[in-house]
Amino acid sequence: MIEINGVTKYYGNFAVLKNCSTSVAKGEVVVVCGPSGSGKSTLIKCVNALEPISEGSIKVDGIEVNDPKTNLPELRTLVGMVFQNFELFPHLRIVENIMLAQRIVLGRNESAAQKTAMALLDRVGLADHAHKFPSQLSGGQQQRVAIARALAMNPKAMLFDEPTSALDPEMISEVLDVMTSLAAEGMTMMIVTHEMGFARKVATRVVFIDQGEIVEDRPTEEFFNNRHNPRTEAFLGKILHH
Amino acid sequence: MSIWSWSGFFDYLVNPFILGGVFTTIWLTCVSLIAGLILGFVIALMRRSKFAPVRGVAWFYVWLFRGTPLLVQLIVIYTALPQLGIRFSVIEAALLGLALNEAAYLAEIIRAGIEAVPEGQSRAARALGMTERQIMRYIVMPQAFKVIIPPLGNSVNGLLKTTSVTSVISMEELLRRTQVLIQEKFMVLELFAVAAIYYLVLTTLWDFVQRRIERRFGQSTAQVAVPHKR
Repeated sequence: MIEINGVTKYYGNFAVLKNCSTSVAKGEVVVVCGPSGSGKSTLIKCVNALEPISEGSIKVDGIEVNDPKTNLPELRTLVGMVFQNFELFPHLRIVENIMLAQRIVLGRNESAAQKTAMALLDRVGLADHAHKFPSQLSGGQQQRVAIARALAMNPKAMLFDEPTSALDPEMISEVLDVMTSLAAEGMTMMIVTHEMGFARKVATRVVFIDQGEIVEDRPTEEFFNNRHNPRTEAFLGKILHH
Repeated sequence: MSIWSWSGFFDYLVNPFILGGVFTTIWLTCVSLIAGLILGFVIALMRRSKFAPVRGVAWFYVWLFRGTPLLVQLIVIYTALPQLGIRFSVIEAALLGLALNEAAYLAEIIRAGIEAVPEGQSRAARALGMTERQIMRYIVMPQAFKVIIPPLGNSVNGLLKTTSVTSVISMEELLRRTQVLIQEKFMVLELFAVAAIYYLVLTTLWDFVQRRIERRFGQSTAQVAVPHKR
């Protein structure tokens, strides 16, 4: 579903990503982790071309992302994305947040868009909040709306860029629960996160990035139980011990 | 010459010639504001263009029209351009001068409003498959609008009074008509008082309208930083 091949990206002279290759097969859940500044968020943003790459290739559902002929808006409807800071549209009500792209990008009519929006809100447990504005919701609720908003486009895969990093601790699990249920339904997911407990439970594979390089890319069990790489060890040592 | 004449003052307060001038001031403000907003929006977008020459043209425009007095611009348009064979009527020259000048200021206000909308908003919209045009229309402008309204209101207030500058090219707005009557009747203080009162009435009415607009668009979106929220 997502194939990342030899991707290198420069900011000026600085290489944020160095020859990165990995893939996410249909139905797989791949967690990407690494120290801050390692390039993990940059990598996931390259998948739907929010960030351009300097070298290499990325394919989503067989479509070359960085081909100038690729219709990017169309490609982006294939992959939903959830951001660290939710990025709900503050001037629109919750239900409108979920309806807007359905209307203007997919061309769905109002009643169809509303039906989808309400069904998804119900699914993330927020149907009662449909007519509120984002600022009236807690962070965890906003992030669940953001997931619903991405799902409304019927994406073939979902990207999560540190979805719980901006949340108060007591709200993290409500968001992870939604993600877990999505994974259980077979959604293809690529997730940048520090939630190692979640990774252990849900991920099929874990990718560890450090200084722009993919250091490890292994099945979840192996990644956690059969540790030998000192860089991974150092990172996990820091985040697992508190 | 007599001292202050109350009857003169009240006569001119309801004088049709003066009221016509008030009306001209109003439509002159409205038309140049609308034209200035359209042109200002285009200039603001040009200033954010990927292409350096486009940005350069927009920058030059703002630099030129904010860096020279409106008075000079009006005189150039009305009396100097005919030397190049370009002739405008008084009304055309007044509207053109006001709109071109106003656009330069509005462009900066609109640009600041657009830039106040966090980049993450555009990124999220882009990730949903929206085109750049859709992002501008549905995501950025509605949020930028709230940031734009307070300084825009000040601009309209300023424009109401700035229209008086067009009197130098004999545009018959409120000030010009006041001066015409002064030259006939010599009731200098009474007539200027009348003019001042009408300017105050117009700016006060606008203040009222502006506050209503701000209240209307100030609801709901506490998430975006809005400097003048009431």
